[in-house]
Amino acid sequence: MSSALDHPEYNYSVVRQFAIMTVVWGIVGMTVGVLIAAQLAWPALNFDLPWLSYGRLRPLHTNAVIFAFGGCALMASAFYVVQRTCRVRLISDGLAAFVFWGWQLVIVLAAVTLPLGITSAKEYAELEWPIDILITVVWVAFAVVFFGTIAKRTINHIYVANWFFGALIIGVAVLHIFNSLALPVSLTKSYSVYAGSMDAMMQWWYGHNAVGFFLTAGFLGIMYYFVPKQADRPVYSYRLSIVHFWALIAIYVWAGPHHLHYSSLPDWAQSLGMVMSLVLLAPSWGGMINGIMTLSGAWDKLRTDPILKFLIVSLSFYGMSTFEGPMMSIKTVNALSHNTDWTVGHVHSGALGWVAMVSIGAMYHLIPLLFGRKQGEMYSVRLINLHFWLATLGTVLYIASMWVNGLMQGLMWRATNADGTLTYSFIESVEASYPGYYIRALGGSIFLAGMLVMAYNVWRTTTGTETRTEPAPATPLAVGRA
Amino acid sequence: MSTGWTIFIVVGALGSLAAMLWLLYANRTKAVEGETMGHDFDGIEEYDNPLPMWWVGLFIATITFAVAYLVYYPGLGSFAGIGGWTSTEEWQADVEAKERQFAPLYAQLGALSEAQLHDNRQARQMGRRLYINHCSTCHGVAARGAFGFPDLTDDEWQWGADFETVKMTIRQGRNAMMTPWEAALGGSSGVSNMAQYVSSLSGAPHDAAAAAKAAPQFQMFCIACHGPEGKGTALLGAPNLTNDVWLYGGSIEQIEFTIRHGRSGQMPAFGDLLGEDKIHLIAGYVTSLSNR
Repeated sequence: MSSALDHPEYNYSVVRQFAIMTVVWGIVGMTVGVLIAAQLAWPALNFDLPWLSYGRLRPLHTNAVIFAFGGCALMASAFYVVQRTCRVRLISDGLAAFVFWGWQLVIVLAAVTLPLGITSAKEYAELEWPIDILITVVWVAFAVVFFGTIAKRTINHIYVANWFFGALIIGVAVLHIFNSLALPVSLTKSYSVYAGSMDAMMQWWYGHNAVGFFLTAGFLGIMYYFVPKQADRPVYSYRLSIVHFWALIAIYVWAGPHHLHYSSLPDWAQSLGMVMSLVLLAPSWGGMINGIMTLSGAWDKLRTDPILKFLIVSLSFYGMSTFEGPMMSIKTVNALSHNTDWTVGHVHSGALGWVAMVSIGAMYHLIPLLFGRKQGEMYSVRLINLHFWLATLGTVLYIASMWVNGLMQGLMWRATNADGTLTYSFIESVEASYPGYYIRALGGSIFLAGMLVMAYNVWRTTTGTETRTEPAPATPLAVGRA
Repeated sequence: MSTGWTIFIVVGALGSLAAMLWLLYANRTKAVEGETMGHDFDGIEEYDNPLPMWWVGLFIATITFAVAYLVYYPGLGSFAGIGGWTSTEEWQADVEAKERQFAPLYAQLGALSEAQLHDNRQARQMGRRLYINHCSTCHGVAARGAFGFPDLTDDEWQWGADFETVKMTIRQGRNAMMTPWEAALGGSSGVSNMAQYVSSLSGAPHDAAAAAKAAPQFQMFCIACHGPEGKGTALLGAPNLTNDVWLYGGSIEQIEFTIRHGRSGQMPAFGDLLGEDKIHLIAGYVTSLSNR
């Protein structure tokens, strides 16, 4: 049994900070998400205020959930895992603290500038150049702490989770710097150094690899530590982890052009992006197989351990969305799906089902240990279970409603009459989308409600010493080894 | 594209795919299932299980498809692919096929006069569908217009009601330009006097004394476009001020705003997008709404 108190040699304070902020930013980011989902269903909810308009809050939502919620989860996990699996303290407490406070500053600046309408208009890279520079500085500090700690490790091998965290750090650094290159004209305005289709190609090279290196590689790092740890089982296949790691990072970088099908991007780039996206299916599934098969021989634990449920269901959603992604990148399918709500549903099956669920599972594993409790000793296991069902139900409602909407929109837009004219006007497809918008807002609200349950559970876990008396589960709770 | 870039792309893309095959080959394994690697990371061990064969098969199948696709379709830089496909040609072929298919129909409808268009059910239906998809964003589904966008169902035609003129409006678009007049009118009081005068032209409630002060200025500055009686000039798109149709609002405050800041109304040109036949049908539909 290893709690924080057993490991005074590790720097847990920065991990604690990031873990708590994961929950806080998760709630903030998802609240904004629920608000903009509600705005699409009830447009009056923008209150005629520019700062609350959809166009400004949408980038705030994406930045908050990806870089604030997801980023804090990644940094908490990376700093925790690298110490535990290298058996050495972070090389610098000061630099680690700088990473934490610097990252929080980036988030706060995003939360101020985006509602003010200050944006570079690049999706998932909307922040203006001074903040981009700050991100770069903080990210380099993150890299120094992480790789410095790896270099100082006291055991021979580097654990697979750390390969993925390393890929995250290097990949995102390259993507962020090259996509954000811009000519500033004032403190709050700059223009991209790229123009036309070149700019679009750079943007989606960045955009899709933000998915690949931030939302996939990083969270696979989380998976590779917390799944075997929580299941108390060896990783299924070392060999598979090598192959799918290198395959994933080699192929992901080619996939960006599938965001620009049927655009002015040259044909060759579209084709290449499409086939590489298809080739990406197997490398993506490699991670899912390795995670889920790690549980073989311990499937019974799923009955009693809601943390493991979070982790395994997240892998299922990961497998599903990495199947859906290559399918949507096929040009013929993309002709139907592009610009519809299907894309939004696809993103959220990854974002809610995979990224959020694996992070939540990891935080439930981590938080008791960080606050001097034993593994599995959250204040209430039943509340974790409640959270699990809220999260799953919310995700399913969200993505199912967007599938229906997306297919309907795609079919309505291409429907023609016998005389060759279009059957529907755009606004008719918007009108027909309302039922999906209501259900999506409901699904998002349910997911957010789960996060509030988590916040309460975390608060009781971190501030008290008691554990809620609950009826014992059918079989004893699985607990980790010493 | 230069040969250098093509080589870069070919080597990068095919090299990556070849590297994947090598990776799979190098990791074919005789490892025993259930045997661990002997590592221990914070209590985590690793089995050395072989790669699942169905997964290797899936991987190789996608790589095979990718290579075949890149041989047939453009994908490797300037190598056009043996199929000779381009998206531009596919699009052109699609468009031409549709045009051939509908040419007889459009030829028949294109020969109809304005009055015949109004009476022909199919022409009205097609015109309406085309209108809904191309025009309703600004003019509204019911063609009733919106602030700054003319109502097409009334009898007021800013650029002229004649059938050929309406077609020209659709074909070439329109740019209406009223410059700001505050300085010329001698500041804020000049603007409010003129707003009272403009209001008086349509018989709306107004301050007669203020309006009288602005009357000479109207004759000096405004008649060039709006005419001496304020009845407008269709040739310039200058609206008639003597009725109660107001593109930018008819309240005193709104008229003052228009005079103070000017207005620029724009309708985009649809000639290239729609072509003559469709413009003919849309013009028929639009004029049927008011011109009967």
